[in-house]
Amino acid sequence: MTETLLHLTPRGLYCPPGDFFIDPWQPVSRAVITHAHSDHARPGMRAYLTTHEGQAVLRGRLGPDAAIQTLAYGEPLGLNGVELSLYPAGHMLGAAQVRVAYRGEVWVVSGDYKTETDPTCAPFEPVRCHTFVTEATFGLPIYRWRPQAEVLAAIHTWWRANQDAGRASLLFGYALGKAQRLLAGLDPAIGPIFCHGAVERFNGIYRAAGIALPPTAYTGAATREVDWSRALIIAPPSAQASAWMRRFGEVSTAFASGWMRIRGARRRRGVDRGFVLSDHADWPGLLGAIAATGAERVWVTHGYSAVLARWLTEQGLDARPITTPFEGEQGAATGEEE
Amino acid sequence: MRALAELYAALDETTRTSEKVAALARYFAAAPPADAAWALYFLSGRKPRQVIGSRRLSEWAIDAAGVPAWLFGECYDAVGDLAETVALLLADTPSAVAAGEPASLSFWIEERLLPLREADEATQRAAVLQAWSELDQPRRFLWNKLITGGFRVGVSQRLVVRALAQVSGVEDTVIAHRLMGDWAPSADWYRGLFVSQRADADVSRPYPFFLAHSLEDDPASLGTLEEWQAEWKWDGIRAQLIRRAGQSFLWSRGEELITERFPELAEAAARLPDGTVLDGEVLPFRDGVVLPFGQLQRRIGRKQLTRKILAEVPVALFAYDLLEVEGRDLRGAPLRERRARLEQILDSGDDAIRISPLVSGSTWDELAAARERSREVNAEGLMLKRRASPYRVGRVRGDWWKWKVAPYTVDAVLIYARRGSGKRASLYTDYTFGVWAGDTLVPFARAYSGLTDAEIREVDAFVRRNTVEQFGPVRTVRPELVFELAFEGLQPSTRHKAGIAVRFPRILRWRRDKPPREADTLEIVRAMLREG
Ligand SMILES: [Zn+2]
Ligand SMILES: [Zn+2]
Repeated sequence: MTETLLHLTPRGLYCPPGDFFIDPWQPVSRAVITHAHSDHARPGMRAYLTTHEGQAVLRGRLGPDAAIQTLAYGEPLGLNGVELSLYPAGHMLGAAQVRVAYRGEVWVVSGDYKTETDPTCAPFEPVRCHTFVTEATFGLPIYRWRPQAEVLAAIHTWWRANQDAGRASLLFGYALGKAQRLLAGLDPAIGPIFCHGAVERFNGIYRAAGIALPPTAYTGAATREVDWSRALIIAPPSAQASAWMRRFGEVSTAFASGWMRIRGARRRRGVDRGFVLSDHADWPGLLGAIAATGAERVWVTHGYSAVLARWLTEQGLDARPITTPFEGEQGAATGEEE
Repeated sequence: MRALAELYAALDETTRTSEKVAALARYFAAAPPADAAWALYFLSGRKPRQVIGSRRLSEWAIDAAGVPAWLFGECYDAVGDLAETVALLLADTPSAVAAGEPASLSFWIEERLLPLREADEATQRAAVLQAWSELDQPRRFLWNKLITGGFRVGVSQRLVVRALAQVSGVEDTVIAHRLMGDWAPSADWYRGLFVSQRADADVSRPYPFFLAHSLEDDPASLGTLEEWQAEWKWDGIRAQLIRRAGQSFLWSRGEELITERFPELAEAAARLPDGTVLDGEVLPFRDGVVLPFGQLQRRIGRKQLTRKILAEVPVALFAYDLLEVEGRDLRGAPLRERRARLEQILDSGDDAIRISPLVSGSTWDELAAARERSREVNAEGLMLKRRASPYRVGRVRGDWWKWKVAPYTVDAVLIYARRGSGKRASLYTDYTFGVWAGDTLVPFARAYSGLTDAEIREVDAFVRRNTVEQFGPVRTVRPELVFELAFEGLQPSTRHKAGIAVRFPRILRWRRDKPPREADTLEIVRAMLREG
């Protein structure tokens, strides 16, 4: 087998002529980072490359000492004859697909992506390529998202009903990306919005990057007089069932995630409500994105990679699953069925 | 149908009783009577029989979604529920999403679903595909549940009754009574639930059963013995015998009319005064002795009641309560009065309808000693009933207690697992346990209940990681986990591999301390059989 332009090594996806890794999981000298989620952006790399928009969140994750170089979306960078450029993935602020071109051959690594627009980041942009490395977190045809506006309206209705019933609305969602996307769509006229410390930290970074978010307050700074029953509180899933929750008195809990599409998943989560909102592409989104690249060869990572690869193979593409430690939307970490 | 889908979701989304009742009340306040009647039909656990089998449903969904069978299988594996898988798999058509005023529930059931029963396969297929294209995902799910006969709502009859009482202002005992027995859902029937007096009262209609809780505490905590009456806790079929307008009706607790199964009781009932309703237990009874439940099971299992089986396993109704006398509802009277009237009515000592004897004791300790002898008379323990109590509706704490003898227990090893149903469809919660016969584990009991949610998740993860063989829905797992099982009784059986059938097996606890090799043996279990 001849060596491909990108290939999988024990440290991550590697480009030999350009001598760089994409989202490596072990220390390397040059790491191109698709986005700042912890399974893609790990500490310990000698140098990082990401987008202008993604720099602040990546620094928030890695600390002040990390050496981070940035590119504008679409701006080419030459590395030993390899042309590298970054394109919006629509996943979260600064998320990028990595385009790698060498001697007329083009590869695109999607990172995590979604095709629905999101006010907190640049919209997904299909990029033509010969080989596409796609994620497949929700690579089953049962995963189909309703429009974001509809989901937000349901969240608003739930919030108001909780106010009427005299209890706080506690909404769990991933602290980086999901939480800010939720915030950007929430109507602050309904009541005060509070955030867990882990969420509030990233809110500041988003605001500094010019993303409009409604006013929020840090739960830890709230006074005793706060009427929690009026409030909506956004917290990371790890805060569920913790002592931290007790301060709010009676609560209704909800979880915003693509996994909530399945009733059993919501029950296992132990929340009152599940809102189906994901920062990953649904099944039609994945198929549409893959088709738009025009790629003949597709490598599939995350979640349902074997399923999506088999489907693509049956559609006549040269597709195969590859094994990476990427988790997708808190898949493995929460014990959801992979 | 949208309103019912919303009600279903609302009930699904809360564990708070008050919210369930509120959601039900909202539904009934707004629903047209014909729809409300059907909703009640389903909410009270009735369901139309399966119209479409799961295999057909899967095939049609595979066609409609344009996916290969293997991919459908992957989806089903992720969801764990067929109706839900199909509902999620199909895309909402623009017309389904845009559909403004949806057709009523009664329309969907009466015009769309029921006619499918008589239809041929091609017609059924066309109708189901058409329905899928008209419905959005939550309603598609409901429709799939309805056509496969799997619609179940996790709400107790008590809450449904409470909601109806709230909406109508009619007393809940009256509504509960009117929901009993046989009825066909219609707008007129639904309106009839709330009228003050009904001349057309159905002569066969039973009363809701009063059910007991298990006594976990020391009986002395119940107060002075004088306030209580003790009876045997029988192991038979709880039943209500009705004699009205010259006719007899025997109802099981599952609200099934079983008069024809027990001709000797129907015949004896004819000698009861008109307007009498008895509550009691149907027991296998021969030569003055109550036989083990297994004998009754032999008889229930028969399609045909032959002369031979009738002679081998005659039955008697052991009556312990009187609910109606001279056509008058006696449930509000105290037990001591109902018991006295019951004794008057049954003083003739008719063989087939007998009074269930009281168990006497002058102290709680004496009763405890009597309870230890329960198995000798083929009873499961004692019933303690407050003499001053009315006959209540459903399972209400405080007045009736089951004080059972300790169950049999065995330590057994988990050997097979399959997925549960309903809310546990995506988890492995249905377990088969084995005991040792030499070096092999012989399957001997199947149990679903008794673990906490956290333990269930843990066992589920174990099953997935330790499957040695998968055959259809059943996974054979490494024999590593030991559980203590409890059960109510044992009987010899030729249909079971272990040669023993187990009554009411349940999981008492997970014996993490026990290696599988120390689980019990078939010999030990057989010894229990001889004792029992
Ligand atoms: Zn991500
Ligand atoms: Zn990822």
